[in-house]
Amino acid sequence: MQVSLKWLKDYVDIEIAPEELAEKLTMAGLEVDSIHEAPPPFKKVVVGRIISINPHPNAEKLSLCEVTTGEAVFPVVCGAGNIRVGDMVPFAGVGASIAGGYTIKSSKIRGEVSEGMLCSEEELGIGEDATGIMILPNHLIPSQELAGALGLNDTVFDISITPNRADCLSVIGIAREIGAITRQKIRYPKIQLSEAKQDIQQITSVEIRDADLCPRYAARVIKDVTLKSSPAWLRMRLEALGLRAINNVVDITNYVMLEMGQPLHAFDYRFLEEGRIVVRRAKQGERFISLDGKERVLDSDVLMICDGVKPVAIGGIMGGLNSEVKDDTKDVLLESAYFNPSSIRKSARLLGISTEASFRFERGIDPDGVARALNRAAQLIAELSGGAVCRGYIDQHPRKIETAKNIILSTQRVNDILGTTITAPEMLSILEKLEMATQKVEKEIYRVTPPTFRVDITREIDLIEEIARLYGYNRIPITLPSISVMTVSDDRKGKLQESIRRLMTGHGYSEIITYSFISPQFAECLGLKEGEEMRSVIIKNPLSEEQSVMRTTLIYGLLETAKKNANVGCSSLKVFEMGKTFFHQREGELPLEKNKLGVLLIGSRYDDTWHFKGIKADFYDLKGWAESLLDGLKISHFKFEAGVPQTFLHHGKACNISIGNNLVGFLGEVHPDVLAKMGLNERAFVCELDLDLLVSCLSHKIIFREIPKYPSVLRDVAFLIPVGLTAKEVMDLAEEHREELLEKVNVFDVYTGCGIPDGMKSLGLRFSYRSSRKTLTDDEVNQVHNSIIKDIVRLTGAKVRGVEN
Amino acid sequence: MIGALEELQKQAEAEINRAKTEEEILAIKTKYLGRKGLLTHLLRNIKELSPDERPGFGKRSNEVKEALSEQIENSIKEKASQKKSKALICEKIDVTLPGRGVKHGRVHPVVQVLEEICRIFMKLGFSTVEGPEIELDYYNFEALNIPKNHPARDMQDTFYIEENIVLRTHTSPVQVRIMEKHRPPVRILSPGRVYRPDSDITHTPMFHQIEGLLVDRGVTFGDLKGALTTFIKQFFGDATALRFRPSFFPFTEPSAEVDIQCVMCHGAGCRVCGHSGWLEILGAGMVDPEVFKNVGYDAEEFTGFAFGLGLERIAMLKYGITDIRLFFENDWRFLEQF
Repeated sequence: MQVSLKWLKDYVDIEIAPEELAEKLTMAGLEVDSIHEAPPPFKKVVVGRIISINPHPNAEKLSLCEVTTGEAVFPVVCGAGNIRVGDMVPFAGVGASIAGGYTIKSSKIRGEVSEGMLCSEEELGIGEDATGIMILPNHLIPSQELAGALGLNDTVFDISITPNRADCLSVIGIAREIGAITRQKIRYPKIQLSEAKQDIQQITSVEIRDADLCPRYAARVIKDVTLKSSPAWLRMRLEALGLRAINNVVDITNYVMLEMGQPLHAFDYRFLEEGRIVVRRAKQGERFISLDGKERVLDSDVLMICDGVKPVAIGGIMGGLNSEVKDDTKDVLLESAYFNPSSIRKSARLLGISTEASFRFERGIDPDGVARALNRAAQLIAELSGGAVCRGYIDQHPRKIETAKNIILSTQRVNDILGTTITAPEMLSILEKLEMATQKVEKEIYRVTPPTFRVDITREIDLIEEIARLYGYNRIPITLPSISVMTVSDDRKGKLQESIRRLMTGHGYSEIITYSFISPQFAECLGLKEGEEMRSVIIKNPLSEEQSVMRTTLIYGLLETAKKNANVGCSSLKVFEMGKTFFHQREGELPLEKNKLGVLLIGSRYDDTWHFKGIKADFYDLKGWAESLLDGLKISHFKFEAGVPQTFLHHGKACNISIGNNLVGFLGEVHPDVLAKMGLNERAFVCELDLDLLVSCLSHKIIFREIPKYPSVLRDVAFLIPVGLTAKEVMDLAEEHREELLEKVNVFDVYTGCGIPDGMKSLGLRFSYRSSRKTLTDDEVNQVHNSIIKDIVRLTGAKVRGVEN
Repeated sequence: MIGALEELQKQAEAEINRAKTEEEILAIKTKYLGRKGLLTHLLRNIKELSPDERPGFGKRSNEVKEALSEQIENSIKEKASQKKSKALICEKIDVTLPGRGVKHGRVHPVVQVLEEICRIFMKLGFSTVEGPEIELDYYNFEALNIPKNHPARDMQDTFYIEENIVLRTHTSPVQVRIMEKHRPPVRILSPGRVYRPDSDITHTPMFHQIEGLLVDRGVTFGDLKGALTTFIKQFFGDATALRFRPSFFPFTEPSAEVDIQCVMCHGAGCRVCGHSGWLEILGAGMVDPEVFKNVGYDAEEFTGFAFGLGLERIAMLKYGITDIRLFFENDWRFLEQF
């Protein structure tokens, strides 16, 4: 909402500087976004003094003047007869501009040089007098900027009005606030209307067929208006606030809307068939051409203003082309109505239009201001267009518009909520400044009735806010809430995320955040065919196709990140993201949300330095990280099981990760086809873990085990086994033996190549034996060890290398 | 004989002093003190001396032997140490070459800010909770006193999944979900992603908010000011000026917007603060009784305050980032700075 200082001053005295006023408004909840100067319609016009006037040698009606600005003297050819030597006049020198945007140039008029122009009020766009040059007061000083000298510059405040403050969508509304803040009285405009003899009831009628959508409709008729451009003061006011002046009638409806907050509409009476107004809902699919020339398709929720035959306006939103006020309009029907706020909002959204009128109606106008604004506009139209206002006005008011009355206010409650010690008189004084009526009920209890324009105030808490706002938030003392314990805090997931973040960054992985919505192409790109990843949630109104589907996996975002970085020359990356994935369940139900950790490793194992040149990362780098992460989270019993968990993973280099019986995620190399589709040139390795499942596997209990007193005995064995046999299969056999003395088995070597037959590999296992009771002898170890080896050999057909068997 | 002994000592000492390596010293040791060495040899001739002369000669020759031994041992030690230090010098490396290590990972700047904020509020007794990012219209709007067809909906453009299912536009629905399940006292923080269809240099369609809620008996607007003042001073520094000014949120009343003195110009006015000297950093207010009614709390018995702030905005101020979109581009050249 824009308001100008000059206009405000019509209603309230303002004795403080614009910046201070802005500060005060802001601190009272009317945030001033900016302040700017609104200059008059001319530029660079200065005060000049006429030092000589001589007749023009070649033109009877013109004279040759010399004008001084104090600094220089200019010859000016002038046609006006009202000037005398010594007069102070507005002088537009070469380069100045006057109303209408005309720029003054040096010229020759009938052979005489003219270096500028003396201006009339009308030429300057600041008045109506075009009969002669504007004679300025004598005390002005030549060379002074005219705008400054005459105080024609205005200051415009741009104020953010919060949606609750419908009453502040008008100049008077803002003035009222200023009055309340600065303790000044408000001067409401006096409405003095002289009516003609003809009674409006004989000319027109209003029929409201839907009182829900239109509880009140008032109208006046003004006859014999002359449409012309508005006087300068009106144009300047509208233009200062960024509105375009059109003609006197339309300008007045806009002016009164800005002044009082009541939107008005003027119909050309001659186009109203049967000369009457019918307010009804539109018919389903009804078509109508609005003022902006667009054809609108309506539905039965939209309220239409009609004449006896056809619609003439979309109620509260926009007038119609068919009844628009035109240059030759003679008789005007002026509408001032109250429309149902939520219905206006619904219709405006349906039609995709937001107008100054709909904006105000949907926030709620003053139900009691309808007639006042109607009369104010009728008065101005009569004054500025020469029309005659018919006697009386129509005021159909089929449904009372309820406004709050007698809200009970406890002054104790005010202080309890604010933490203040504001006295009752102080509170009442604030409320009264806001034009609220207060009445004492008993000690500390009052009945408060807000003015009808304060549609936002219906409850005690609304009054408390008003008191706080004008008392000043910054005066409310600072206290700290007393500590009390809340029992909801089970933040295991937060702690898990924190631990993961610590472990990940320690491993050199950086956290990224990608958008939760991705391209629907992701499924095709990742080669997804079925499974829950296909159950994606789709956004009905996305900003773009690329961001229209909620992700079901973090992998796509990770790969896109790799791609974006590769494009800027960073082809090695270690990143992770923690975030939600979303799975469609059933229509009308919230989707399933799963918290995931996604990890991506691509390119080099280490940063390319003089130590490591071009060593590429591989599967085991990421797996090693995963093992370390799970270990770091104190999760035991995790397993990596060979398999092809996802279509987008390399068939031979992928595994499932499970903890106990829970499948918690997958890890593997990205399928070359996917890399190609993403345009990635480096091999990439990804892992995704379900954090919700991880949380359930967490055990924060650490139980200390004695440090072994006795040494362990190691036995290394190299098995020759088929390539397809996994290390785990062999090691599991040792474990299944359940030998008390076998402490652990590690892989110390894997080898294929020279000396190993085709299709075979050598798997070196290190068996570690230990007793908690004594130092083991060779014999004791051998007994257990040999039996384990024998079993492995028997069950897998492995050969122990270096031993003939 | 004594003369020969003295002569031998002088000669040996001279050789020891001349010797350059451990090996040469060892040779000298053998030459004089060895089983067939010169001193040993001289001592064998003791029987050629008269019995009177023998004790004197014996004593003297022992002294010479000990003196030489000590000199030789010292010299050996010295030579060994010289050799070792020479060897170390040969191993000298360029210590200015970069070390071998894994670059540590970075925590996303938005998360760093989030963690810092959480730490401060945890000291005030808040604990974190989370809620769904795809929400029912009811939780995102209606329960928060934002009815359908209400102008307050204009404050937040919305992504829709279905007519009544939306991407949450703020973290406030978590309040409602928590209050539905827990009786006061409630002290929660709920951080997370939120979504609004908007995209330019200061808006991304997804961003992060953190919401706080405190409900108890006797909570006042003064408490709200106290908690948020504590937070701001801890986060932005003790000297940071701040102000509370009235505003409007459908789910709080009285509502406030909190401004801090511009961190760029310190109040002088600059482009970042729109020349006002102030930066709006969070919204807050006393929980509206309507919200309490929706979750079945008695607004006469309990009061509370809520606040919310955008993490990206805070991170932008903290690090001087001017384009919010950078947070989600995940360009390494951006990430590695944090």
